[in-house]
Amino acid sequence: MTTALAPELNIARPAADAAATASATVVSAPALLVEHVTKRFRPDRRKPPVLAIDNVSLRLERGTIHGFLGANGSGKSTLIRLVSGLLTLDEGRVEVFGLDIERDELAVKRLINRVSVDAAFFKKLSPMENLLFAARLYGMDAAVARREATAILGRLGIAKNRLGRPIEQMSRGMQQKVAIARALLTSPTLLLLDEPTTGLDPRSKLDVQAFIEEVNQSHDATIVLTTHDLAEAERLCERITLLNGGRVVAEGTTPELKRMVAERHGQPETLEAVFMTLTGRSLDDDVEEDGDNND
Amino acid sequence: MTVLASELKASYAFVERNFFLTRRYWGWELAFLVYSVAGALSISLIGAAAGDNRLLLTLIIGAVFWNYLSVVFSWIADTIAVERWEGTLEYTFMAPVRRWTQLLGSCLYAMAYGLVHTAAMLLVLVLFFPQLRPESMNLLTAASFVLLGSFSFVGIGMMAAILPLLYVERGAQMTFVIQSCLLLVSGVYYPVSVLPGWMQVIANVSPATYVLRGVRAGLLDGTPVTALVGDMLPLVGMGIVLIPAGLWAFGRAEKYAKRTGKLKRVG
Ligand SMILES: Nc1ncnc2c1ncn2[C@@H]1O[C@H](COP(=O)(O)OP(=O)(O)OP(=O)(O)O)[C@@H](O)[C@H]1O
Ligand SMILES: [Mg+2]
Repeated sequence: MTTALAPELNIARPAADAAATASATVVSAPALLVEHVTKRFRPDRRKPPVLAIDNVSLRLERGTIHGFLGANGSGKSTLIRLVSGLLTLDEGRVEVFGLDIERDELAVKRLINRVSVDAAFFKKLSPMENLLFAARLYGMDAAVARREATAILGRLGIAKNRLGRPIEQMSRGMQQKVAIARALLTSPTLLLLDEPTTGLDPRSKLDVQAFIEEVNQSHDATIVLTTHDLAEAERLCERITLLNGGRVVAEGTTPELKRMVAERHGQPETLEAVFMTLTGRSLDDDVEEDGDNND
Repeated sequence: MTVLASELKASYAFVERNFFLTRRYWGWELAFLVYSVAGALSISLIGAAAGDNRLLLTLIIGAVFWNYLSVVFSWIADTIAVERWEGTLEYTFMAPVRRWTQLLGSCLYAMAYGLVHTAAMLLVLVLFFPQLRPESMNLLTAASFVLLGSFSFVGIGMMAAILPLLYVERGAQMTFVIQSCLLLVSGVYYPVSVLPGWMQVIANVSPATYVLRGVRAGLLDGTPVTALVGDMLPLVGMGIVLIPAGLWAFGRAEKYAKRTGKLKRVG
């Protein structure tokens, strides 16, 4: 539905680094390969560990938008953190464009970025100061970063005159847009979006969704998206993985999943039925633990 | 070479960001300077009351040095603490920068800030005590020791940064425990010889001991730096050991945090 980005939005790659990593990546490799990954948390030694991710395997082809759906606590964010290198793998391995995330850590880091549900910033600093810091970490030039940041934020509906004031003065939705801009600024080829539109008003949500499509199409970026908005998942995602209790319970295109639920369970052909059927809470032990996990 | 250049560029990101923070909070920085000056003055006045210029200068050096270390340590610890608190540390850790680049940038800014802050303080103290005679001091000696000692303090600072990394609520304050113990055994306001024997043993492995001794020799006696090589060598050695040790320890703490999921606060 969207056309190419306006010329001024032609997001520059962090020059030399990206070229170097591009040559290192394996051309035919999938964008993301997750093989038998397991992650346990053990906040309390006297209790058994929480199995947050349980033997998950996935393969994401290049250029797709791939959704992770699942109930609260099903392991979506944990899986994204594992791919981001913010958590170490207990078992299994992960490859990004053919590069092992542990062995080729720095090269992988140049290729990915992430937006989480909360907009984490130095709240006293302005959006521009925050974005400039992020851009420099990825080796971008300050002048280029300023120009790109202004363009991306403008595209997301943040006026220029807000860029110099402390970020704490912005609404939650506006902060979330700045967080999205921070991720896009570094031109990731694998973009991990963890509930990027949660808390946005309907118009902002549409803005962001259109932008996600734009980035996917015009920059050939592969996108992982978690969301609790099923309409959003249906609109954006070519394929969807359903997680339940840290395990993959289904994977496929939206029509495939709908048909499966209709045929096997006699449910209506909607994504909501898919979600309700496949993520029925069998998480009694998890609920019990939730009480002590509220740190 | 290009790797080094790009890592240094990334280091600058931390310097610049911390400068933005200082700029945003400049009113507080000024208030903090007043607090530091008042603290140093009140300790130094003990020397003035005794009518002993040597004691006065000994105390000034102790107070100024205490301030320098406080400032350096609190910057290193606080930036990690704030990043943990705000959740930005997850983004910083995802960026393609090596950990030493990040810590180097933080430490460089902390030291630059500490030097400016301490110089401002020193200026006030010199104006306040006209009986001091700066022309008989050897500033080169003092500066050399502070510079050499800074390498060790960077190493210790990296280890101190582990505390806010793992304990977001109280970690930053805990770094002051490290700092005060360090200064206690290093003879901050008194000669090391008045300490009990076991503390003197620890004093020998504290870089602050050598820095304080060197600075005092330079400022009290005008000793040239060439006469103090014996005190400089241990500092060189400690720098060589402590910086890699600090990096190693921070790396271990980071691994631990990533294994146990301690980096996350929200989402
Ligand atoms: N850092 C952590 N320490 C301890 N337990 C954790 C940690 N992170 C996640 N968990 C546990 O792992 C499980 C999966 O959590 P995760 O955050 O991945 O869920 P989610 O699918 O993203 O949920 P939501 O939809 O609420 O965002 C939960 O049981 C949670 O308590
Ligand atoms: Mg989540």
